[in-house]
Amino acid sequence: MEPLTWTGSIAFLNPLLMIAIAALLVSIVIWIVGSIVLPEAPMSVNLDGTLSSGSGMRGLTQKALRYSFAACVALAVAYIVLGIVLGTSAGIIGAISQQFLPVWLSLIILYAMSIAFKRRLGLYGKLFDSPIGMIGFGLVMFWVFTGVFGALDLIVTHDPLSQVSGMKNKVPGTPLPSPEEGEYTWYLLGGDNLARDVFSRMVRGAWIVVQIAPLATLFAFMVGITLGLPAGYYGGRLDTFLSFLANLILAFPVILLFYLLVTPEIVATGVPNYMAAVLFVFPILFIGVLLNSRYYTRPNFRTPLLIGVLGVAIWFYLSLISTGGYIINTDSYRIWGLPTYLDLFDIPGGILVVFVSVVFVNSPTVFRIVRGLALDIKTRDYVAAAQTRGEGPWYIMLWEILPNARGPLIVDFCLRIGYTTILLGTLGFFGLGLPPESPDWGSTINEGRKLLSIYLHPALPPALALLSLVLGLNLLADGLREESLKD
Amino acid sequence: MSEAIKWSNDLRNTRKTGTIMGLFILRRFGVMLLTALCLTFVVFFLTNLYPNLEKLAKTQGNQRMSDEQVEAWLGNRGYLQPTLIKYGQWLGVAPGFSKTLDDGTFVGTCTRPGLTEDTTPRFCGILQGDWGYSTVFKDEVGTIVAKRLGNTGYLMMWVLILMVPSALLVGVLAGMREGSALDRSLSTFSIVTTATPEYVSGVIFIAVFTSSTVGLKWFKGTATQAMDNPTFENFFLPVLTIALYGMGYIARMTRASMTEVMTAQYIRTARLKGVSFPNIVMKHALRNALIAPFTVIMLQFPWLLNGVVIVETLFNYKGFGWALVQAAGNNDIQLLLAISVVSVFVVLITQLISDIGYVYLNPRIRIS
Repeated sequence: MEPLTWTGSIAFLNPLLMIAIAALLVSIVIWIVGSIVLPEAPMSVNLDGTLSSGSGMRGLTQKALRYSFAACVALAVAYIVLGIVLGTSAGIIGAISQQFLPVWLSLIILYAMSIAFKRRLGLYGKLFDSPIGMIGFGLVMFWVFTGVFGALDLIVTHDPLSQVSGMKNKVPGTPLPSPEEGEYTWYLLGGDNLARDVFSRMVRGAWIVVQIAPLATLFAFMVGITLGLPAGYYGGRLDTFLSFLANLILAFPVILLFYLLVTPEIVATGVPNYMAAVLFVFPILFIGVLLNSRYYTRPNFRTPLLIGVLGVAIWFYLSLISTGGYIINTDSYRIWGLPTYLDLFDIPGGILVVFVSVVFVNSPTVFRIVRGLALDIKTRDYVAAAQTRGEGPWYIMLWEILPNARGPLIVDFCLRIGYTTILLGTLGFFGLGLPPESPDWGSTINEGRKLLSIYLHPALPPALALLSLVLGLNLLADGLREESLKD
Repeated sequence: MSEAIKWSNDLRNTRKTGTIMGLFILRRFGVMLLTALCLTFVVFFLTNLYPNLEKLAKTQGNQRMSDEQVEAWLGNRGYLQPTLIKYGQWLGVAPGFSKTLDDGTFVGTCTRPGLTEDTTPRFCGILQGDWGYSTVFKDEVGTIVAKRLGNTGYLMMWVLILMVPSALLVGVLAGMREGSALDRSLSTFSIVTTATPEYVSGVIFIAVFTSSTVGLKWFKGTATQAMDNPTFENFFLPVLTIALYGMGYIARMTRASMTEVMTAQYIRTARLKGVSFPNIVMKHALRNALIAPFTVIMLQFPWLLNGVVIVETLFNYKGFGWALVQAAGNNDIQLLLAISVVSVFVVLITQLISDIGYVYLNPRIRIS
């Protein structure tokens, strides 16, 4: 088999893309300089009293920018579409876009549906009014779909852990020396130092992030909200104590904390299991108090509801924290947990400790945000009205204050998923927690950086993947902030 | 921050400026000491868990020690005393552990190479100014930390020199005309930099500017030589990598503060009076717009500390962060404790400076 070039038979697009990108850069510079140097467009008063402004030179620079940007996007789409049609004969780009076909289809369906029904979708629908938000959401959903389909074995070309002899550090597009029947013939993004496929590892790495980051952020929010609301609402000693604890954790440099918590020795002592047992209680508390404060006036409805919901939640909680029939299982002593036949899922110690420490690092910041919001909102009139009505404190916190704090919290949630992704990468970069052969982006960057001066291809794909996902989350948060401020 | 404002309100009421401010600082120092005590105890507890001690014994003694040998090794060196007593010894409020082994060698927490049984002091904690002895580097912790901090301090100095002015410039330029072309491009730039953690930007910089594949080779991929002989070639990339990540955040805060000031009443008055735009920005808006970024820059230090650890590992620059990684990787208890004390104080002192600075910079609070 021939080695693949980057663009193959669609190489005729390359000079066009170069021209388009050059035009885009030039028009951006002219646009910026023009906004400072050129005079503003002249305004003229019409007969009916309205104002109209001519397009002027500034309008021209804007038009140039818009067209060159459109040209770049059109060319990028052309690469992808031609790649999907032509496959490997369109080089590495073509082969990769063909591999990503399920992702493209899902993105198109998602965007078509969302834009069609955007007026009925609340804040989510408004996101599609802001170009920044749309770009961010697109980047995020690209990696979410990649993670999900990658886990379903749709996108990956090779097993991310298996090594193929003769493929060590090979450049992108190298064919396998002796491909078996039905095996993908090329390493699309080359081989790493242990002769594994860089492309498949990058795709599988997305699944690890998509699994852990949103869930860990959600747990951090549960902990932060459950503690931050009473701290802000009651104030006093409780607030002083909880704030001191939060500041204590925040004063730790994150990396020192990781080095202390995420080591095999600490896993052996069972400390992460204790922390998991404590931290994972908060979601149950949150749900229980949330439902009870709302429905306690209707005991006939409340009691079965609470029994049902809390029963399932506690079952999940126990399955989460117990592994192989034990909650704590160290050499010196053990604590019995859920029996194995009731245990829904086991989480390996490495993943659990990563999850727990990420939640632990994130929750004090969430606590401070929620506390600040609660301090602000508790002085509002509707809170006073609820107090006069005789509502309990938890009802006011969870059903009056929390819904009114949702705007900043949703924005921070997006930003924090990005920050959690960065933290997961940091853990991988220092080789902490996850097993060394794991395909997560941080570990892959760490492995690739050792030979970076000679071979670029093992380190760059995961680095760019992480960058684009976090960038997408930041843009999404920006778009959400803009749209929620418009209300 | 709210605490500082509350205190400064007291300050306004009583008009005993000196004593109130002094009390405020004193109280903050008290909280700081308490925080440092709690944190060092947490570090102490975690590093003294048995599996960690076992690892320490095996790296210091012999990898193939049996369980009994490990226990004897630890017992002989005082590692198996109750945690509180060991913590007291480290603080210097409890007498140090010492023992003469069967073969006549004298061991203990206070012994150092060159000291005999008679010359070894009874107390050797941080109260006596003794930070302990590093098991990895075989040297006094105090000298190691001082040397590594010197290296990192030099790095941080250049990071701040690069980061703060450029971040403020970007923020002010973006914020002075909200929604303009300049604003949009600079805001995009700052979003991109906040989305790029150091280990990503560092890898990209090394790939583009130092590798033989791309062929630019403008800079060096390691900063090892920069410890003795820092040049632009071997020192710029680490500085840029740390500065970029912190810059975006400060720039966004500056932009937010600047846009808020630019919509204020007094700016509109100045415009209506016919003051030129550059004059408005330079003379009227800038001073008020820079109060908030000052506190942000100060609160940015803990994050810079993280960046330092990543960049020093990536570029092999043997500073404070590198020492942290070495100490944590080898469970060097006393070095790790000293490092956490230093980093906790850096964090808390910068918080204090940001609180006090906010009070002094903000005329609405200061003059009453």
